[in-house]
Amino acid sequence: MISKEQVSHIAKLARLELTKKEIEKMQKELSAILDYFDLLKKAPKPETKQKVFSGDNCLRKDEVISSHDIKDELISAFPDKKDDYIKVKSIL
Amino acid sequence: MSLINFTIKQAHEGLKKKEFSSKELTLAYLQQIEKTNKDINAFLSVFEDYAIFQSEKADEKIASGNFSELTGIPYAVKDAILVEEKKCTTASKILENYVSPYDATVIKKLKEQGGVILGKTNTDEFTMGASTENSAFGVTKNPYDKTRVAGGSSGGSAAAVAENQACFALGSDTGGSIRLPASFCGIAGLNPTYGSVSRYGLIAHASSLDQIGPMAKNIEDIKIVFKAISGKDQKDATSSNYNFENSKISLKGLKIGLPKEYFAEGLDKEVEKVIRDAVEKAKEQGAEIKEISLPNTKYSIACYYIIVPSEASSNLARFDGIKYGLSDQLPNNLLDVYLKSRGEGFGQEPKRRIMVGTHSLSSGYYDAYYKKAQEVRELIRQDFINAFEKVDLIFCPVAPFPAFKIGEKAKDPLSMYLVDIYTCSVKLAGLPALSMPAGKIKGLPVGLQIIGNHFEENKILSIAQELEKLV
Repeated sequence: MISKEQVSHIAKLARLELTKKEIEKMQKELSAILDYFDLLKKAPKPETKQKVFSGDNCLRKDEVISSHDIKDELISAFPDKKDDYIKVKSIL
Repeated sequence: MSLINFTIKQAHEGLKKKEFSSKELTLAYLQQIEKTNKDINAFLSVFEDYAIFQSEKADEKIASGNFSELTGIPYAVKDAILVEEKKCTTASKILENYVSPYDATVIKKLKEQGGVILGKTNTDEFTMGASTENSAFGVTKNPYDKTRVAGGSSGGSAAAVAENQACFALGSDTGGSIRLPASFCGIAGLNPTYGSVSRYGLIAHASSLDQIGPMAKNIEDIKIVFKAISGKDQKDATSSNYNFENSKISLKGLKIGLPKEYFAEGLDKEVEKVIRDAVEKAKEQGAEIKEISLPNTKYSIACYYIIVPSEASSNLARFDGIKYGLSDQLPNNLLDVYLKSRGEGFGQEPKRRIMVGTHSLSSGYYDAYYKKAQEVRELIRQDFINAFEKVDLIFCPVAPFPAFKIGEKAKDPLSMYLVDIYTCSVKLAGLPALSMPAGKIKGLPVGLQIIGNHFEENKILSIAQELEKLV
């Protein structure tokens, strides 16, 4: 079973605020899920090299490809802004 | 026959012969949505005026004589796929008021053909789930039994097609999200080969598995939509130069594999019977049935639920309350804006996945979880490579049971994860797989899953079309 402190540590890494109740619930749920993952310890090492995609070579020349201009739409979605800049709270 | 019962092909013939207009067809669907949506909650938003506008444009196109099979056909879009100027929520509070700045490539392609978008359908939040119970905007109910789930995550799209609220729908599949609801709602749904359909404009869940695919009343319609949306896209580097060609493949002499691990303990006996009956029909037509083994199946859920949350935790980092989406502006410092916006905006399942993913990728745990899961992913991929050396297609169930009761699994995340047992391995291997209606148990539909090798959708769909006449 993972500890409440561990849950809080992961939440901090994930930039996620959890309530006290959520931390308790998460402790139980994560413990059950992580216990289930132990199954993988029994899995053998693969003999073949890891290759997820059968895909084509997708490299291309570094050229600008013009596309539909959505600047205004993106700016209008900012939760807080000054002119065309995103406004954020102070860091310290 | 009412207009809303038509398949794409039938509606197209009617439009071509001027028996009805796209506007009439669209109005018929809008009326059906109005009448039935409060009971099943398949649509999260309906674009009435916009749909009528598109249908009028389509009618002009039809009058000009230059039109395709999808021109004027009304369809539904999973609310995880962007449609310009329309809201896209992925059924999350964090995107409740988010307006799409552009069209997903699949939408752009369907717009070019003159398809008519009716609205956006319900999903589990960020497509994370197997029942749409994780939606922040209420569960979608199964049209066959409203006390049961429609499946997920593309439950809204599946229920909409089953309830004749749309002629077809787009869904997305990360671990079974097209096939499972298709199976539960008695329609056809294709999870395409990874890379065959552009993911541009699909809100990311787990990028190495996500795929958009068609959900429709029959296989012919699946082919029409798949042909229209697939192919290389400059805006998705993982998309492939793939041109789907219809082909005619006979059941006679076809080698069909039945993975013994998929017919083992846990599979409902009645579901097994429906699947075995379909296999028998294929055999009668001359198919050769072989038992095969996918020995690493037992690791698939654990592997999947490490890789997917890992990718999701990274993808969902973009929702920070700064650029778009829900933002808590009350705190005085930046860090609290992140913490509170995310804490308030995400529901329980995205939070769980962010936590599991962050843990799996964190220093000290990476080797035991993420790295190990990537190795196991390779074992699973190899299982399928070995299987396709012996057989042409694999037949198996989509889920161990038919649609379950609303609330039955919602309190236990792990039991919900296990629903993906027959659908997630395919995704880890990047393979195409279809769910097609194969029968019913006490009035509840059961889907047959047909798995093919990479980019062999033509084989899957050709055989499915043959079987459709037999089951």
